[in-house]
Amino acid sequence: MKEPQSVKDIAKNSGEPLARIEALEQIPLPPPFDKIDEEPPFAQLTDEEREKFVVLDDTIAVNIVKPESKEEEDRLVKGFLSGLEKLMTVEDNWTFLQPFEMSMEHCAHCQTCSDACPIYEESGENELYRPMYRSEILRRIYFKYVKKASTKVHGDIDLNWEVVARLIELSYRCNLCRRCAQTCPIGVDNALLSREIRKIASMEMGIVPKELHADGSVLQLKVGSSTGMTPLVVKDNIEFIDEDTAERTGIEIETPWDVQGADILLIHNAGEIMAWPENPGAFATVFEAAGLSWTLSSEIVAYDGINYGVWYDDVQFARVAVKHASAARDLGVKKIVLGECGHAHKALTVIADKILTGDLNIPRESSMVTLRDIIRSGKLKLDPSRNDFPVTLHDPCNLVRLMGIVSPQREILEAILPPGRFREMTPHGVENYCCGGGSGFAIMSGHNFSDWRHRLTGRKKFRQILEAFQDEPMDIEHPKYLCAPCSNCKGQIRDIIAYYDAWEKAGIYYGGLVELIVNAMVDVQPGFIDWEWH
Amino acid sequence: MTTLVYIIAYLGIVFFLIAVAARFVFWSRMPMHLRWELYPVAHEGGGRAAYGGSYLEESDWWQKKRQVSLLGELKVMVPEILFLVALREHNPKLWTRSFPFHFGLYLVAAATILMMVGGVVAAVMPASIAGPVARVLAILVPLFGAAGLVLGLLGAIGLYQRRASRDMRDYTAPADFFNLIFFVVAFGIALLTFLLVDRDFSLVSGFVANLVTFNLVPLVGGGAAAILLLLSVVLLSFLVAYIPTTHMSHFVGKYFAYHSIRWKDEPNLRGGDQEATIHELLNQPISWSAPHIRGDGKKTWLEAATEEPEEPPK
Repeated sequence: MKEPQSVKDIAKNSGEPLARIEALEQIPLPPPFDKIDEEPPFAQLTDEEREKFVVLDDTIAVNIVKPESKEEEDRLVKGFLSGLEKLMTVEDNWTFLQPFEMSMEHCAHCQTCSDACPIYEESGENELYRPMYRSEILRRIYFKYVKKASTKVHGDIDLNWEVVARLIELSYRCNLCRRCAQTCPIGVDNALLSREIRKIASMEMGIVPKELHADGSVLQLKVGSSTGMTPLVVKDNIEFIDEDTAERTGIEIETPWDVQGADILLIHNAGEIMAWPENPGAFATVFEAAGLSWTLSSEIVAYDGINYGVWYDDVQFARVAVKHASAARDLGVKKIVLGECGHAHKALTVIADKILTGDLNIPRESSMVTLRDIIRSGKLKLDPSRNDFPVTLHDPCNLVRLMGIVSPQREILEAILPPGRFREMTPHGVENYCCGGGSGFAIMSGHNFSDWRHRLTGRKKFRQILEAFQDEPMDIEHPKYLCAPCSNCKGQIRDIIAYYDAWEKAGIYYGGLVELIVNAMVDVQPGFIDWEWH
Repeated sequence: MTTLVYIIAYLGIVFFLIAVAARFVFWSRMPMHLRWELYPVAHEGGGRAAYGGSYLEESDWWQKKRQVSLLGELKVMVPEILFLVALREHNPKLWTRSFPFHFGLYLVAAATILMMVGGVVAAVMPASIAGPVARVLAILVPLFGAAGLVLGLLGAIGLYQRRASRDMRDYTAPADFFNLIFFVVAFGIALLTFLLVDRDFSLVSGFVANLVTFNLVPLVGGGAAAILLLLSVVLLSFLVAYIPTTHMSHFVGKYFAYHSIRWKDEPNLRGGDQEATIHELLNQPISWSAPHIRGDGKKTWLEAATEEPEEPPK
């Protein structure tokens, strides 16, 4: 295993990657994937890619082209320092000034965070992926080059364009799951610092993975959704989903659009509409059966709950949040309900809480809560025996550790599963592990990035999933359901199941929570969950 | 000579108090930030704190009175402060060193406060009260003081050894080693003073009593014992003054890390008292330079958040 020997290695002018992961050095997975030498191949970067882009390790996330002149090199360093100075001001960073300063000033370097990080663990404890490695680089730059403090007190580091480029790239080796922050005895937050580095890159230097910015938040603000769906297209797609759902359930539904004065504005992650149409179909089925007053909005942005700014850019974040709230205000709804998307939940409910005021301050509620209340109301006739298969639950970080929504989804599962069919992962709830797709990774797949996240960021979750089902025969004849009530998590889990062929080899299937509810509804034709791998 | 030591002791204490107060003011004056809480939140009521749940688990939560439990908060805070529970749970190897170090500091601080109380009581209370108090303190002060010095010294040596280990060495600045050596020397000499010349802490108690009653007289006995004691006082005074100027002031920061960030879950309700502050902050000018923002130092957050976005950078 190749790894940096020191924090100062980040400034090495070698042109070589600082770290490499040898697949054979990773900890084997549980059966039936326990033969490390039989794991799927890990695509390598080509020589052309290594020649053109800044290479930190085995992959590339940000596509920083190597500078070709001294001026370009200097621009990187100056831009970074300028952004770092702005992070320290009320004007430019009131949004996170206190958490940022706290994490810069008070780290005791105790390394407690390291043991909490699934990426560091699954890398074989490669130094590059130690949560504190990137934080310490940022901290030393901050004290030496911005605050002009003594290196004897805060540690020394050289600063050149390679440090800047590698540090930006390194900020995209963290899922922002904040498990490390949860264990810090002082309250230092390495994930926040990763995000602050991303902010400098985006908000000052204009450097961002295109999946998040150009193809993400910019596209969403321009056409309405990062999927590219315009209002016309999304309505067409939902109409098709309504028809398909009615065919599967035997219940006619018509998703309501733009209903003035409805009680609820439901906002899905538009990825559901494209990749998992059964999810919005199931929501419509349940909401209609429960007799809710609800609507979708065809306003630009408001039919896609994503807000990628939450991972890299406060201004882009605010722009999207304002659009979501404006649509709800214009419809005059009583509340916004967020569909099964973790980051959309956190973005609009918690983080936008200190942005939306007055008539934009529309109450936001989790669909986990809305669905739990529907189940409690007894309006749905349920037959848990229709869900007679093993089920485990993935806790999306944004929903659970970062919002404290833990019990509603469990209460629902208890009501719709036969006794003994549900098993928790270890650990679960607020101590869960990230799916590996957090912070935008689930939608990033340039170069060989998807292979990298399968082998590193998603490996711990895959290990947990396999462990949760170890008491079951691990083959396709015994299907098992991984319930992941989050669109991005589902994207990552879909990819990792496909990477390991875990449906064929272990019978592991995945889906959302609302699909399980519909599958248990007596009024619905049996077999809503079709166990067809797509 | 003794007068100078009294002055150093006063300055050490005063500097400590001012520096800690300044830190407190610094953190408390920070502007409101976007919510960034982490669960479990200890003050969450309704039994939810036990599993990390929040008020967001309730439907129409904005119409209900929040259940906030001060007792729940204390049940987490007090063990955390006294026993470093988070470290014990997540980093037991370091806890075996850090806990004795911190608990030793608490005991030394407790012994010092008891000596101050003893000095004041002896000066202002009648003998019928001062006598029994003195007898109790004569047991507690040496107990707390000696145990504190031993634990603090062992902890500091353990932390030094841990810092020098392979996985922490690269993250340790020279000042970190200096800080721990400072503790080892100051606590070591204080312990030596206790072992060699002041087994019952009467000398140091007398000095502290003089200090709190502003009776700046030479120490009884004088000689080598007094010199050793005065040296301990000087070193401990400098140490007390030094701590809040370093990252060891994390005892102040930690309060805000928990109460202003991790557990800061108070929602901004429509028409509530947070809205005016948010308006003020949204009107801050931004200067972020990226093409999709083009902050010029005049454009406000509000304007940036509501304008039509630029085309993506090519």
